[in-house]
Amino acid sequence: MTESSDPPLVLIHRPPSLTFMDETLSREFRTLITDTSSESLPSFLSRHASSARAFVVVGRLPVTEELLSHLPSLQILVCTSVGIDHIDLAACKRRDLVITNAGNAFSDDVADCAVGLLLSVLRRIPAADRYVRSGNWAKFGDFQLGSKVCSKKVFVVVTGKIGSFVAKRLESFGCIISYNSRSQKQSSSYRYYPDILSLAADNDVLVLCCSLTDETHHIVNREVMESLGKDGVIVNVGRGGLIDEKEMVKCLVEGVIGGAGLDVFENEPAVPEELFGLDNVVLSPHLAVATSGSLDNVAEIGLANLRAFFSNRPLLSPVQLD
Amino acid sequence: MESIGVLMMCPMSSYLENELEKRFNLLRFWTCPEKSVFLESHRNSIRAVVGNASAGADAQLINDLPKLEIVSSFSVGLDKIDLGKCKEKGIRVTNTPDVLTEDVADLAIGLILALLRRLCECDRYVRSGKWKQGDFQLTTKFSGKSVGIIGLGRIGTAIAKRAQAFSCPINYYSRTVKPDVAYKYYPTVVDLAQNSDILVVACPLTDQTRHIVDRQVMDALGAKGVLINIGRGPHVDEQELVKALTEGRLGGAALDVFEHEPHVPEELFGLENVVLLPHVGSGTVETRNAMADLVVRNLEAHFSGKSLLTPVV
Repeated sequence: MTESSDPPLVLIHRPPSLTFMDETLSREFRTLITDTSSESLPSFLSRHASSARAFVVVGRLPVTEELLSHLPSLQILVCTSVGIDHIDLAACKRRDLVITNAGNAFSDDVADCAVGLLLSVLRRIPAADRYVRSGNWAKFGDFQLGSKVCSKKVFVVVTGKIGSFVAKRLESFGCIISYNSRSQKQSSSYRYYPDILSLAADNDVLVLCCSLTDETHHIVNREVMESLGKDGVIVNVGRGGLIDEKEMVKCLVEGVIGGAGLDVFENEPAVPEELFGLDNVVLSPHLAVATSGSLDNVAEIGLANLRAFFSNRPLLSPVQLD
Repeated sequence: MESIGVLMMCPMSSYLENELEKRFNLLRFWTCPEKSVFLESHRNSIRAVVGNASAGADAQLINDLPKLEIVSSFSVGLDKIDLGKCKEKGIRVTNTPDVLTEDVADLAIGLILALLRRLCECDRYVRSGKWKQGDFQLTTKFSGKSVGIIGLGRIGTAIAKRAQAFSCPINYYSRTVKPDVAYKYYPTVVDLAQNSDILVVACPLTDQTRHIVDRQVMDALGAKGVLINIGRGPHVDEQELVKALTEGRLGGAALDVFEHEPHVPEELFGLENVVLLPHVGSGTVETRNAMADLVVRNLEAHFSGKSLLTPVV
């Protein structure tokens, strides 16, 4: 730690239910949890947190320029998520703040979730489970057939490490994997496509696990879904805004695409009700990261980033701001 | 071959029905009201039986059909066929191995993920509109959990290969140690259950493997362990399973097969820690058609005097 004997102050901003950072951080730092029960957040921050250099943002609470203006001493923003589209990055850049994210803490769990959703859609697992629980198997006989996983061509849209985790898993199922990268790498054994329309036309499944930026907003639009085709499946464990949700609902209802496994939605927790009656979709409440094991991981990574920051060592999972 | 009577025991694939009808005199057993009268009147023309995992050829049927030459099963498991009787009478038996291996292994991993990550429950949660009232509970990680496989045959090996891609340590039980695999062998199913987070049944059903997962095995697996059955229902003592689940002695179960399917114990319907599927291990369009082709090609080979493609007896 730095000069004083007092541990440094770390401000924690979190929803009431997400307490998983509290204990880990309070072991090494003076922690202050934002409390808006009796006063507004700006007034709380101005009164208690003007000296705070470190700000931990748990979950997906928005961080605006206005909010940051109440934290004049701030130097580092520690996020517990991988995607940081809830943060005003331009404002952070102007203030010269450094940001860390969850790094690889969730990669296994997100990749598992992507594969789970893919298998669930192709093999109709939740729909088949509903069929049995409602007693329909005994009444009406065999359930409709699913679609084979082996030899499906899967394209993984990635920005981080998760893509290679998904690829490694799906290869063991005999899927034929390709994914995007900024440039075509010589060493990569996966197929390269220069644009999203040609890759959609040539693949059976799109797995989205990239972050949401201006560039990737609605990266899957109507045109892409038409290219993917009537047997095509989309799995989204990235952010809802990656897909034009209104058009996706239409495409699913009209049979333009074959199915979807969705962990994220554009206006969550609101989910388009047209999806509720469809058997070719599997819906999940933004849980790709939410296993008990991964929350321990993320608390450890947050702690390690703060330790590094306060002792002027390199951060573990800094986010590069363009 | 149009005069050869082929008795199909139950509906299993409309594609298979069409293909058989093109070549043989197809008789649909499930459509006739008086089974004994039907068998009596066709006893001299039926030379082949096509069965599956729910209906095959038992001793009674074999006795009723004196001209029976071959039983071609639309399944890999042969537990509905009296193999001893077939051998005794010189009746050939074929199944559909290999073509369904990948599908069953895929489904086993799908069941593990659906169970641990609560995918069916999550889907119900979102569809019922409950998400707006608050977040769903945390779920359980799959990657890195130890997987114990009962029966390291074609399907068991395919499951192991997939689970390894999730960084899972693999354990197995089989009658004998497999010298050429690196997975950890346990000489009893109880030992295997004790040392695994996830126990997967992937062996054939025989007299020796009936109820291979009994109360003792379930207790060894424990309140944090989960059971996956993609084999046959009678591998698991179902009454004990229902008790273990409702009493919290077993962490969860994902089942594609049941002892008295299509009847499923209703006590399971309300449980969140189970996934229940209607025996769809090989249930993809691609695989069912490949299985149907194999049934047809075995029958064609037999009746034209060529060697069978996938003979068992």
